[in-house]
Amino acid sequence: MDVTIRVKRQDPDAEGERRLPYWQEYPVTIADNATVLDALIQIREDDDGTLSLRCSCRSAICGSCAMRINGHAGLACKTIANTVVQDGVITVEPAGVMPVVKDLVVNFDLFWEKIEAVDPFLKHMGREPEGEYIVSNDAMLHLSGVTACIMCGACVSDCTVLEVDPTFLGPAALAKAYRFTADPRDGDSDGVSMERLWALSEPTGVWDCTRCNECVQACPKGVAPMDRIMAIREQAIQQGYTNNNGARHTDAFTDSVGHSGRLDELRLPIKSVGGFTNMPALMDYMPVAFRALRRGKVPPIAHKNVENVEAVRRLFRQLEPNPPEPQVSNNSPFG
Amino acid sequence: MKYAFFPGCVSQGGAPELYPAAHMVCQRLGIELEEIPGWTCTGAGVIQEKNQLFGDTLNARNFAKAERMGLPILTICSTCQGVMSQANHRMRDPEYLAEINSYLAEEGLEYSGQSEPKHMLWILIEDYGLDRLGGYITRQLTDLKIAPFYGCYIVRPTEALDIADHPERQQSLEMLIQTLGATLVDFEGKTRCCGFPILTINQKNSMAMVGKHTSEVKDLGADAMVTPCPLCHLNLDGFQPKAASQARRSIDLPILHMPQLIGLAMGMSPSELGMKKHIISTGPLEVKAGLRR
Repeated sequence: MDVTIRVKRQDPDAEGERRLPYWQEYPVTIADNATVLDALIQIREDDDGTLSLRCSCRSAICGSCAMRINGHAGLACKTIANTVVQDGVITVEPAGVMPVVKDLVVNFDLFWEKIEAVDPFLKHMGREPEGEYIVSNDAMLHLSGVTACIMCGACVSDCTVLEVDPTFLGPAALAKAYRFTADPRDGDSDGVSMERLWALSEPTGVWDCTRCNECVQACPKGVAPMDRIMAIREQAIQQGYTNNNGARHTDAFTDSVGHSGRLDELRLPIKSVGGFTNMPALMDYMPVAFRALRRGKVPPIAHKNVENVEAVRRLFRQLEPNPPEPQVSNNSPFG
Repeated sequence: MKYAFFPGCVSQGGAPELYPAAHMVCQRLGIELEEIPGWTCTGAGVIQEKNQLFGDTLNARNFAKAERMGLPILTICSTCQGVMSQANHRMRDPEYLAEINSYLAEEGLEYSGQSEPKHMLWILIEDYGLDRLGGYITRQLTDLKIAPFYGCYIVRPTEALDIADHPERQQSLEMLIQTLGATLVDFEGKTRCCGFPILTINQKNSMAMVGKHTSEVKDLGADAMVTPCPLCHLNLDGFQPKAASQARRSIDLPILHMPQLIGLAMGMSPSELGMKKHIISTGPLEVKAGLRR
């Protein structure tokens, strides 16, 4: 197969133009079943020894070759070239979010700092078990979905929040955190990781995720980091860490739909920021509300119930258990 | 052609101009819409993060009602599309579907698991045909430079959205813009997040996302951005002035709902399409399209 590999190159340490990103095209002839990594290695070996990239296992195990292929992160060794070629071209860029070292090699410091920030080791709080710690097979099977992570950074590369805010813990670290919050050996004797759930409910934690699904799409191992973030949110709410805008938003949203069938868009933002007691936050919305009002763009003041709302309310009563008691303070793990 | 219409909450709430615009366009195209009686919110992914079973049951209830009407579902919201598709995907597990149906039984409803809810955008391409749509175009929009903005849930995760069977869905908005005769302005951020889901949680980040996408498109010389998602519209249009002040620059990029752009190409007026309700004035765009001086 004849294909042109269009590579975004950069050498930040170089003098002159090459310091800034530029595109270079490499026409190559590759086997029909060649991967994008095969093509890149061929270019490096035969055409241009200055092209830098990371790779090792070539089998989607080591996680070295994550990069953006046609705009989306993935492993070059797991991507068959002929499945992504568009009009004879495959576009390859370094992973996003992390700074470029050279060409397709990025600096992973940010990735590892975030993994370290979630204390990636078991923290048992209760009494030590006498003898070995027996964990159910189901619990470990469930965790194997997360431990499948190969730390390739594809999720971090495409995270829409990290793109605008490098303080966010991000998908890889939060999925790693779930590996512990869902481990029966972590936390107290019931396996509840109170301290972690408190910390993860703080700003830069689980509630800063936009639920955009980029990480789910990018992950080559099916870890689905965003789904793990949602699971941590659920765990945190269950433990009463509800004194934050994210938990309040989820609660008010569910409540609105559970009682009326639809979303009450006028009251939702008020409840999310903590009600009328949080005047600064509400005042912040005033200019937006004014502009909307002037344009005749207002949700109905009186929120109507859907037809046969009783059926919806019955489902809500059956399926949504009573909310847990809120923790007294948001600033202490134990109230 | 007739569909069970699922408008979604926002088309009648925060973006009230969308609902009538979609109705007008569909009517002119001969697409009959019958609203699903007593439809509920899909949960928007928010209910699902707290209680997936409750969220999915609400969707199954909507699907069962549409099945009773004997009609396929048409929606006008990218978020609703994604949440419905994801719920549907999970309900391919017969045990899960049976559990959900056990809750619906009290209301006398049962969902077969066979429904395939589709956004109006997909329906125009897959069921209606862009050639046929092209036959209704009466106004030249060639001078208008339009950038696409999808909204996350209509492009990801691809498995639930059956993208493997329908690869054209990933290009659907570009195909539509070109069919309507407007000039396509492609940009990298078209499938990224608008920031709406974290608006009340981390407003600074939400505004950074609005600012990034709208200014990028503005700097590419676009006259407007078009979106099939009313939630994206709320953030990109309604909060654009705030995003611009955070970014310390002017942006002023009009954001159009997908049916509005179609309506314009079909000769409808900006005011009947509700464009006066937008926060960012569509005036300059109307002048450029020769709709007013």
